Amino acid sequence: MSDKILYSLTGLFDTPDEIIAAAEKVQSEGYTKYDVNTPYPVHGMDSAMKLPMSRLPYVAMVVGITGMFLALFFMWWTNSVDYPLVIGGKPYFAFPAYVPIMFEVTVLSASIATVVTMIAIVFKFPNNSHPLMDTEYMKNVSVDKYGISIAADDPKFDFDKVKSLLESLGAKNITPIYYKEEDLNFKPKTFEPKFVIAMIVLFAAVSAVTYITLNKLMYLPPFDWMMEQSKVIAQERSDVFEDGRGMRTPVEGTVARGFLPYKFKNNPEAAGKYLVNPLAATEENLSLGEKKFDIYCSPCHGYLAEGDSRLKGQFPSPPSLHSKKVRNWSDGRIYHVITEGQNAMPSYAYQLSRKERWAVVLYIRALQRSLNAKESDLQ
Amino acid sequence: MSSIDYTQELPVIEGRPTLKEINELIAKPLDQKPDKKFYIALSITLTMLLAGAIALGFTFYYGVGLWGNNNPVGWGFPIVNFVFWVGIGHAGTLISAILFLFRQKWRNGIARFAEGMTIFAVMTAGLFPLIHVGRPWLAGYLIPYPNQHSLWVDFNSPLLWDVFAVSTYFTVSFIFWYVGLIPDFASLRDRAVGKVKKTIYSIFSLGWRHSNRHWSHYEMVYLVLAGFATPLVLSVHTIVSFDFAVSILPGWHATIFPPYFVAGAVFSGFAMVQNVLIFIRKIFNYEHIITLDTLEKMNKIIILTGSMVGYAYAMEFFTAWYSGVQPEQFTFINRAFGPYAWAYWIMVSCNVIFPQLFWIRKIRRSIPVMFVIAVLVNVGMWFERFVITVTSLHRDFLPSSWAYFKPTVVDVAILIGSFGFFFTWILLFTKSLPVVSIAEIKAVNEGAQPSHGEH
Repeated sequence: MSDKILYSLTGLFDTPDEIIAAAEKVQSEGYTKYDVNTPYPVHGMDSAMKLPMSRLPYVAMVVGITGMFLALFFMWWTNSVDYPLVIGGKPYFAFPAYVPIMFEVTVLSASIATVVTMIAIVFKFPNNSHPLMDTEYMKNVSVDKYGISIAADDPKFDFDKVKSLLESLGAKNITPIYYKEEDLNFKPKTFEPKFVIAMIVLFAAVSAVTYITLNKLMYLPPFDWMMEQSKVIAQERSDVFEDGRGMRTPVEGTVARGFLPYKFKNNPEAAGKYLVNPLAATEENLSLGEKKFDIYCSPCHGYLAEGDSRLKGQFPSPPSLHSKKVRNWSDGRIYHVITEGQNAMPSYAYQLSRKERWAVVLYIRALQRSLNAKESDLQ
Repeated sequence: MSSIDYTQELPVIEGRPTLKEINELIAKPLDQKPDKKFYIALSITLTMLLAGAIALGFTFYYGVGLWGNNNPVGWGFPIVNFVFWVGIGHAGTLISAILFLFRQKWRNGIARFAEGMTIFAVMTAGLFPLIHVGRPWLAGYLIPYPNQHSLWVDFNSPLLWDVFAVSTYFTVSFIFWYVGLIPDFASLRDRAVGKVKKTIYSIFSLGWRHSNRHWSHYEMVYLVLAGFATPLVLSVHTIVSFDFAVSILPGWHATIFPPYFVAGAVFSGFAMVQNVLIFIRKIFNYEHIITLDTLEKMNKIIILTGSMVGYAYAMEFFTAWYSGVQPEQFTFINRAFGPYAWAYWIMVSCNVIFPQLFWIRKIRRSIPVMFVIAVLVNVGMWFERFVITVTSLHRDFLPSSWAYFKPTVVDVAILIGSFGFFFTWILLFTKSLPVVSIAEIKAVNEGAQPSHGEH
């Protein structure tokens, strides 16, 4: 017995009136480290023990208000800053619509925080190795008895004095409670091989499941975001049609929008002769031409069409467009080169619509005149 | 009868059992092996659940085209069932939180069970939004998280409010329930004989030792949670009603919807709690804990909320007439006299007419009669959601697209499955956890509180 360490001395009572009287007496005797254990909260016990009012509601208030403002901030940030989107004609910051979620987040965060604070911080739970656990005393107070337990580390604790105090109060089953051997000699089991192996197995299992889910399962039907569907896809084979092609060939003579056939194929001279620029040299057309020239032509021809390629010799530099030859070409001839290409230059018919090609021609003309201005231009 | 002295508080627990008797009585079902009746009941609910599971399997394989939903009735059974089950849950929180704040001691006998029912009902309800998206594994998109589309959820949408409301409701109800269970787990732990049972109860009791230094905080937190749960329960069905009320459809676009839905939810929830408790008190011999007086008080709440629902039905007609809006008037006349008149009059008779019989004391205290009326209330409340959803949709603004919604076998099987799901949980609950709160019942037992205190 002597090697056991005393935790407390306990006594049991039969009625709530007795336990209230006992608690008041023990409190007035000046004990501080004592506790009352009752199967349910007994009214008036808090004042008998002179317990202060619980401050946990402040946790609820602080966390709740914080949660509310965080929710508001988050909704404002997503809808007004990160991805501004008008929904139902509402402003980006639609406060009334945010109220329900603000409320829900307030309640959720405050409830969780309050309960977690109470259990984990105030009660220091889970704690199944408390000395009172598994004692006759605990088995009684959890059914129908009202117990008081005066801890041995109370500054006023004196075994005989406490015992006589409890006796004078009429307590039954006055028993000392000792710390349990195994709890005192408890060693953390974190590095025991069993635990380590269990952790490794768990880690491997979680990794495997995650890997299979993310890399395999998500690409199997029906989880594959409808990537495989029983429908005809362009460029793919289909057994619906006799020729086995998913796409239908257009009716003969079909002309796609914006793709009227070019009449002067391989005939630059005729193009130069017969094609006339339909666009007037307006500011609108010139700026369109400038834009397109800068995008499609300038990488090789240079911004000023002097043949100063920005490709740094990786591609043969074209000759300057300010040469006499080009200056003397008609608009249609230049248009032909853009449409069909010439030497190393490919066709730009797919990049530039016809209107854009003519606009580029207009812009080239403007560039040419900027370097070789006529007398009349100076006036 | 007239000799009741209302100045005297009636005992909540009849017969003044000792605390030990209460302890043993509530813990008894957890010690005994389930009997034959339990297995019969469980096999029935599991069969229902299986029917629903098969229907869901077909739905996931072939798609939601198996349901009756089609133009113009795009919202069919899933939303009806969702609103119905969320509503069932509301009684639990009302009993555990609102009646707690009002210091209604009779709630202690039924609160635990009602809270459990809330949780199971919300779980059942939560299935429907998930399944009606057709690909339930993509429901994660409802959560605002930074994703590869750099898109966020629409915080202006009532459907998203619903996601937040229902998930918050479930979480807070669960916390509330668990906090209530902690002392009971400790009591069970201290009387457990087997090692496995003891370990399980020890883990869930977290080491609770009935310390008054803990009770003091515990009671405060319980009060705080009740304070949060009260507006929460009102907000949840309010937000569910926003799913309808925020749209501009005649018959849905009404400011009366939130209070009307909340009253209806409490109405149907109380009917469900009353129904199941009638069995529980009989099977487990809890007649002196869940007393006839308690059932009578629940019936009084059923009349109250039933009358509120009846008032709302009348007020909807008045609003339609008073607004002078023709589509609105047409919708309501169509509701009462159109193709779905049968559903409307089932709803009115079950929700408004039959519960009024509870004004008669004899009926209020007769268990078979109150059971039948409460069943009818739940039938009526299911039809209320059906009427609201379907009648407003089936004749929309374009007469050419009018149609008559008919549920398919799959729809009905899923509805049956939802009942199976709910009652399976209820049955497992009765055998695994104390269905009545041990600590709370002890606290309201006669002589349990000190005589010199305020009580």
